[in-house]
Amino acid sequence: MKVLAAMSGGVDSAVAAARAVEAGHDVTGVHLALSKSPQSYRSGARGCCTIEDARDARRAADVLGIPFYVWDLAERFDEDVIADFVAEYAAGRTPNPCLRCNERIKFAAVLDKALALGFDAVCTGHYARLVDGPRGRELHRAVDPGKDQSYVLGVLTAEQLAHAMFPLGDTAKAQVRVEAASRGLQVAEKPDSHDICFIADGDTAGFLRRRLAPDGDARGDIVDVEGNRLGEHDGVFGFTVGQRKGLRIGTPAPDGRPRYVLDVSPVSRTVTVGTAADLDVRALTGVRPRWCAEPPVGRVERLVQLRAHGEPMPAVVRLLDDGRLDVELLRAARGVAPGQAVVVYDGTRVVGSATIDRTRR
Amino acid sequence: MPAPATHDSRGPDFRGPAYLDHAATTPMVPEAIEAMTRQLAVHGNASSLHAAGRAARRVVEESREAVAQALGARPSEVVLTSGGTEADNLAIKGVFWSRRAADPRRTRILVSAVEHHAVLDCVEWLAAHEGAIPVWLDVDDVGRVRPETVRAAIEQDPDSVALVSVMWANNEVGTVQPVADIARIAHEYGVPAHSDAVQAIGQLPVDFAASGLDALSITGHKFGGPVGVGALLITRDLAVTPVLHGGGQEREIRSGTLDTPGIAGFATALRLAVDRQPVLAGQLATLRDDLIARVRAAVPDAILNGDPASALDARLPGNAHFSFPGCEGDALLMLLDARGVECSTGSACTAGVARPSHVVLAMGADDDLARATLRFSLGHTSSEADVDALLGVLPGAVERARKAGLVSASNKK
Repeated sequence: MKVLAAMSGGVDSAVAAARAVEAGHDVTGVHLALSKSPQSYRSGARGCCTIEDARDARRAADVLGIPFYVWDLAERFDEDVIADFVAEYAAGRTPNPCLRCNERIKFAAVLDKALALGFDAVCTGHYARLVDGPRGRELHRAVDPGKDQSYVLGVLTAEQLAHAMFPLGDTAKAQVRVEAASRGLQVAEKPDSHDICFIADGDTAGFLRRRLAPDGDARGDIVDVEGNRLGEHDGVFGFTVGQRKGLRIGTPAPDGRPRYVLDVSPVSRTVTVGTAADLDVRALTGVRPRWCAEPPVGRVERLVQLRAHGEPMPAVVRLLDDGRLDVELLRAARGVAPGQAVVVYDGTRVVGSATIDRTRR
Repeated sequence: MPAPATHDSRGPDFRGPAYLDHAATTPMVPEAIEAMTRQLAVHGNASSLHAAGRAARRVVEESREAVAQALGARPSEVVLTSGGTEADNLAIKGVFWSRRAADPRRTRILVSAVEHHAVLDCVEWLAAHEGAIPVWLDVDDVGRVRPETVRAAIEQDPDSVALVSVMWANNEVGTVQPVADIARIAHEYGVPAHSDAVQAIGQLPVDFAASGLDALSITGHKFGGPVGVGALLITRDLAVTPVLHGGGQEREIRSGTLDTPGIAGFATALRLAVDRQPVLAGQLATLRDDLIARVRAAVPDAILNGDPASALDARLPGNAHFSFPGCEGDALLMLLDARGVECSTGSACTAGVARPSHVVLAMGADDDLARATLRFSLGHTSSEADVDALLGVLPGAVERARKAGLVSASNKK
């Protein structure tokens, strides 16, 4: 097959490309330039969008002996991922930009261009397994539970999966590093990227403040569930449902227990806080469902995952007549943030996903 | 360190790539390799006073004389540099600083809008850090600066002009500029004129004295010499403030131990390139005209950028530059590369990201056409087989790139 390997400059995508070459595919490496003004060097270990990362990707391609190019998707990324991220926060939700990037960039803009140019598949360093089952391509969790990334791939359709290649799904991260070293890849010891690649300094609240309130006063109230004013915050940016730290409320709770963010309302600039028990969610609805397997028919019991590193939880899922997905959790989940995805699993297999819209206690 | 894997999907009949990127760099001629390797085996710093130093100095000075003779300059006008970029930096910054030091009113720098980044970025840096005022000289739709444009720009305030710089021939679209006319006009107002002639050597006749220019940049690797050696030809009466400080090896305006082997290879290649230029230019123009005709026949809507005339005072004989409507240049480049044809989009890239060509934009094209470019450039090793190879794969590549372009365009909506 003619395979386009997306190479971020990190160890995972380099080893994934190496494995595609070794499997006998005709592999071309591509680094996606996603930042409109890339920084020259990484600050710390974050990110995959610097010129240094592009050079690391090029070196890995050199070592593998494959052609290498840089594709400029900065404009698309800005429109489809960053603008969406900002708009979601502005609406009081907590988006997952990696998921959006997979949905709209890596397995849409990049895949579509690759197919048009004559490639058969896009290969990435995601930790997930693709299994050819009796009824088509199945997406499963990676064998390394600590690295499993099937959650951020849960938005992909069967058609997208048909042209995807995830060579690392059956391998533990530690082994990938060992393999990178044995293949002579310079990135073997490169630290994992984490957090949000387009916020290089890791200061999400500062990033949102620059975008959403560049010169304004963004102060608002922190209230309890009864509406009593407990304190003030200097901007709702970056407050996430379930968050405990950084509330800076002067008066302690009457029961002395820690308080958590229950709700964020950007329009009224109100952050509502309460106890851990107030965070419990027993049901939720999701919008924009996407299925890579047969959608559920009637009420069926499945496992659901509600955030990137969340535990799989048993639930009864049901597709509503209006197209939304209803999820009744069999045990309460804590700190479920609207805007995150609910990914539905059948065992280890991803069935589909939806964006969490409302939660119920 | 492991040996690099060999990987070539182009099949057992593949005879090696067709190289159509001589404007990026052209193979060294054997005589230059020989002259250079002979010196690599000899030690000696050309600034040392002992016998080994004198031997190296002799090689350097003979090379300098050969360079001067080949280009209609005096040996004392040849300042050896590390290449074209350094020569341009020295000319633009060095002349700006010395001219402004002599008269603080001289802050304007007149440059064409289609210069190489080695000139453009110097001017922008001087504007950002040294109070220079850039005046971008417009070009016409073939990319040429009209002499009247230069005159009009000077006349706005002749006393404030530090220098004029217009390249001899454009690296992207191959358009030859009327540098002698521009130099003459500049001199009417007492303004010095520089030209980046990096692309011209070996393709066009270049005579420094006859051009009337005050400074001229060249680099070895564009005409069969080594990478890393170039020169700024500069008249003795034009003061230049140094950019590199140190031992003052070159006329006190350029420091750094002289690269005797590189300089020997550079001078040897230059002498041969100038000797062979009349014959080579004719051969390249014929081959290039054939390439253009065949590309147009195969891809009827391809747009030839630059001057359509094939005369040597119009267009570099080795240059063919097209926009392929509906395609992205970098997608085409990748497809051709995969099929054994090596060319360029022609425009500069930032960390491998292709930018729309500032040259094609300056000529009046829109953003899409400025991204849809490919440059095919011929040189001393080019043959009809290279053009055959290109035409064998170009129509299919254009068709595919167009499909990909449609996908990208529809994704935008």
